[in-house]
Formats: sequence, C-alpha cells, structure tokens
Amino acid sequence: MHGHHSPVPGDGPASGLLDQVEEAEAALRAAAERGRPGAPDGHAVDADPQEYFTALIEADQKIEPRDWMPDAYRRTLIRQIAQHAHSEIIGMQPEGNWITRAPSLKRKAILLAKVQDEAGHGLYLYAAAETLGVSRDELVELLLAGRQKYSSIFNYPTLTWADVGAIGWLVDGAAIVNQVPLCRCSYGPYARAMIRICKEESFHQRQGFEILYTLAHGTPAQRQMAQDAVDRWWYPSLAMFGPPDRDSVHSAQSMAWKIKRFSNDELRQRFVDMCVPQAEVLGLRIPDPNLRWNPERQSYDFTPPDYAELMRVISGDGPCNRQRMARRRRAHTEGAWVREAAAAYAAKRAGRGPAATRPAARDGRAAA
Amino acid sequence: MDHLLALGDDALVAAQRLGEWVAAAPELEEDIALANIALDQLGAARMLLTYAGELEGAGRDEDALAYLRDDREFRNCLLVELPNGDFAVTMAKLLFLAAYQLPLYTALSGCADERLAAIAGKARKEVAYHLDHARLWTLRLGDGTAESHRRMQSAVDEIWPYTHELFQPDPTAPVDPAGLRAEFLAIVEPVLAEATLTRPADGWAPEGGRRGLHTEHLSYLLAEMQVLHRAHPGARW
Repeated sequence: MHGHHSPVPGDGPASGLLDQVEEAEAALRAAAERGRPGAPDGHAVDADPQEYFTALIEADQKIEPRDWMPDAYRRTLIRQIAQHAHSEIIGMQPEGNWITRAPSLKRKAILLAKVQDEAGHGLYLYAAAETLGVSRDELVELLLAGRQKYSSIFNYPTLTWADVGAIGWLVDGAAIVNQVPLCRCSYGPYARAMIRICKEESFHQRQGFEILYTLAHGTPAQRQMAQDAVDRWWYPSLAMFGPPDRDSVHSAQSMAWKIKRFSNDELRQRFVDMCVPQAEVLGLRIPDPNLRWNPERQSYDFTPPDYAELMRVISGDGPCNRQRMARRRRAHTEGAWVREAAAAYAAKRAGRGPAATRPAARDGRAAA
Repeated sequence: MDHLLALGDDALVAAQRLGEWVAAAPELEEDIALANIALDQLGAARMLLTYAGELEGAGRDEDALAYLRDDREFRNCLLVELPNGDFAVTMAKLLFLAAYQLPLYTALSGCADERLAAIAGKARKEVAYHLDHARLWTLRLGDGTAESHRRMQSAVDEIWPYTHELFQPDPTAPVDPAGLRAEFLAIVEPVLAEATLTRPADGWAPEGGRRGLHTEHLSYLLAEMQVLHRAHPGARW
C-alpha cells in the first residue's frame, strides 16, 4: 500500500489467491442465475429431501438456511464455522498485545484497524453459524467451557514487534490459502462470508509482509528481529493446515459435501510454494535445511511440522492456551454487568412505549 | 504550537487508553466501537502533531513528537491519561471528552488557520459519533440495573473534577476553551438527568496537564507506548 517501499511484485503476495476469490464470487452469481435443479421456486415439494440436497451439491448450487440438510452436514458446518469465528476472536489477543507499543503512529493505526477487522470477521462468522439454528451466546459458552476449539496458532506468544509482521505474512497467508477454497463452500452463508473475509485478509497479509520487509531492510537489530520471528512462526504456520491427510478425521465427508475442496497436505504444499519466492523478496531465510525445488513434482520439498506438538497445543498444552482462555473468560465475566444493564435498559424502554424516545431525540439535537 | 500539542496530545493519549480495551470489551460490538473511536482519535492526533512539528520547524515529525518527548513535555489534559477503570469509567471519560471536543472542533473548523480548520472539520464529525456512543452507554448504565447505576454514578463522580481543566482560559489559542463550558454543560447535564444520575457538585478541580504537570499515570502510559521506538534510535518502521 506504500509505493515507496515497492517490495511486493504485482498486486501483493496473495494476488493470485485474490483472483480465485473473485472467480468464486462470479461462480456464486452464476449458480444463482442458473437456478436450482427441478424447482423454479427453490423448493421441490415432491422430491425426496436427501436426493434434492445431493442434487443441489452436485449441480454446484448453494445450500441455503431454509433448505433441508442432513444433521451431520449441519453439525459439521456449525463446528467448523464456530471454530473459525472463535479463532478470529482469540486471534485478536496476540496481535492486540502490540497495539499499545507499536513503534510508529502509522503502524499503530494499521494494527488497530486490523484487530478491529478480526472482531468484524468474528461477527459475520457467528452470524453465518446462527443461520444453522444455533445462537452466538451458545457458541461463546462452548468456547469458554473449552468444548469448541480455535486455531492452535494463536496459542503461540508474540514476543517482539516482528511477530506482528510474521503473523500477517505467514499466519494470514496460511489462513488465506485455507479459506480461498471455502469461498466455494456448498453452504451459501459461509461461502459469502468467506468471500468478504478473504478480501480483507489479503490486505492484512500484505501489511504483515511490509512490516517484515521494512525490518529486514532496517538496522542489524531489526533484521535479526525479523529473522527470529520467521524462525519461530514458520512451523506453527505449516501446522495450521491440520494433521497430514493420512490422519485427518473429518476430511473425506467434508470433501463429498463440498464444504472442503482440497486436502490438508495439498493446501500445505500450496502455502510452501507461495512462501518461498516471497521469502526471497524479503531477504529472510525459511528455517528448513531440506527446503528445495523438486522439478518432478514442480513443487518444493520441505520438512513437515511437528504434528505431535500440534496435537499437544490443540489439546491445551501450548505456550499460551491458558492465558488466551483466561483473558477471554475475564472479558466475558467482567462485561456481564454491562450486558445485563443494556438488556435491562432495553426492557424498560420497551415497557415505556414510544413516549420514552422523546428525551433521546432532544439530547441528540443538543449534541449536534 | 502549544495549542496544537494540547489538541494532539489529548487525542493521542485518549487513543492509547482506548487501545488498551482491545479484546477486553464487554461484547464484540463494543470491541469494534472502541477500536473505531481509538482510530479516529489517533488519526486526529497524527494530523495535529504533524502540523505542530511543521510549525515548530525543527524537523520533528509525528513520531518524534509522540515517541521522543517525556511526560513533562506532553500538553494533554489529565482526564485522558487517567486509567480506564471499569467500563463505566471509560464511558464517563469518553462522554466528557467528546462533549468538550465537539464544541471545540466545531469552533475551530471556522477559525482563520485553514489547515487547523480542515483538521477540526473532519474531527468534529467523528467526535459527534463518539458523543452519541458515550451518551447511549451512559443512559443504559445509569438507567439499567442497580449495579450499573451505582457504577456509572461512581464513575461520573470520579471523573467530573477533571472536566474543569478542559476549560482553562487560553487567550492565545485560536479558540479560547474558557468560552465552551456552557456548551459542555448543555450537552452533559441533560444526559446525566435522563440517565437518572446526579450531576456532581463543582469543587476540587485538578489541573496542570497543559503546563506539563501530569498525574503519576502518564509516565507509565508513555513508558509502554515509547519503549520499542526508543530501544532502536533512528530506526524506520
């Protein structure tokens, strides 16, 4: 976004992925224009609901909230969308950790806006989950009770300013690689939320890349800070794609339902292939001695992340799991009296009827 | 340049305090709203400090002024540097700050200094939203539950004395804040009344911020804000 640095070729590190988001958006519109198979009004009264559901999926039409869907499809989506929403909310913490210490006012403003976007993404995703018949309050309770997960990556600490850059470049980069295919997810509200989110994420990734580029081309201490951050975030970012395909429990059914379009290992490979040339532009080293181009596969060979560590972090024993959950619970508990007051006030206003709105209007004029 | 530092430092320190709320607000919508208000204040601070540095003519930019001055050189009012407290204290601070900034920016938007008038014209629209946000929360908390009423009254009582400093006379400034107290009261008193809150009596009136005599809190706030920038002298970010 700042031309004088000009570190990023083309439209940015994720520009190819952004094209795919645009294509997904066009496909969504095209599907809507084609109309649904065998039911001009969208509701086939006579058809067997299971068959109709399958026909919609096969025709690359979107499943909408009022459509019949198998319980397992609904449960899978609720689990996945909620986990995604929780990740946005918990993900505010590691980056929010640097808002008060951002090293320039411009960086402070960019970081505040980014963390605010994450809260906004959390809101759209909770709204998408609510279309499946579960309330945001229930989902928040499940998170706070430890019964629903969030992305394990946010259980690592942000120890230096460069970590904010590394999160933008690697973590948001991995998130985009994961999420771009979700723009074609068979469930309409989720696909539409993902299109919007991916566009903003690509902007965040570019900002993270720019932070690292500036550090890598700064003082020796800044350069060292940048390399240290990449060294610490590389493998946890690779682990964001989940366990290897041979161990992935949810994948096959999700692929059949077109919730998921590519396997964990395919997406991980795509991410590595995207990052290597970007690391060269940054002038930073990816901490993998086995990283090399494989001409036969037309991809990079690389060392996989430590999946045992991933499992430990998922099960609660990462460096910051306890801290992240404690902070979320504290905000929730300490805010309870505020939410109760807002509900009590709204109830009083409803009880008083329209006359109660007059003083507010008068104050509005006084304030203007 | 002192009047620009007073405006810019008010906005910067207010943004810094609001930034502390991120990921800790009572609900998700409020995380977004507080970040929004912090961004507005930060944006105004950047324009005001940049302009102050240019007028000074010593080559200081917004970051030199924000990161390389000590607390004795800051010109913000005491109100903005006070700790966030609970959500009621934060809303009391925001209500009083916005009810001061709105008439101030409105008057400045018509002042002879065109650059300052343009900054104030933009900030005025943003501050009108801040005031509305704080007003609605003051009503909800004041007229919500017994606990929220108690907390909001306590917050108003705690912060009210710091509002006097906002209207200290400054005849050299383009708009003398001394003339704005009546407008401030015309905004704030009806909100407190509708929120079933008691408007505190005037009395103790702590001051000193505009002369660089702050509370003990500011030095800690700056220590946190400036730590990284100062650890790498001359670095670009």
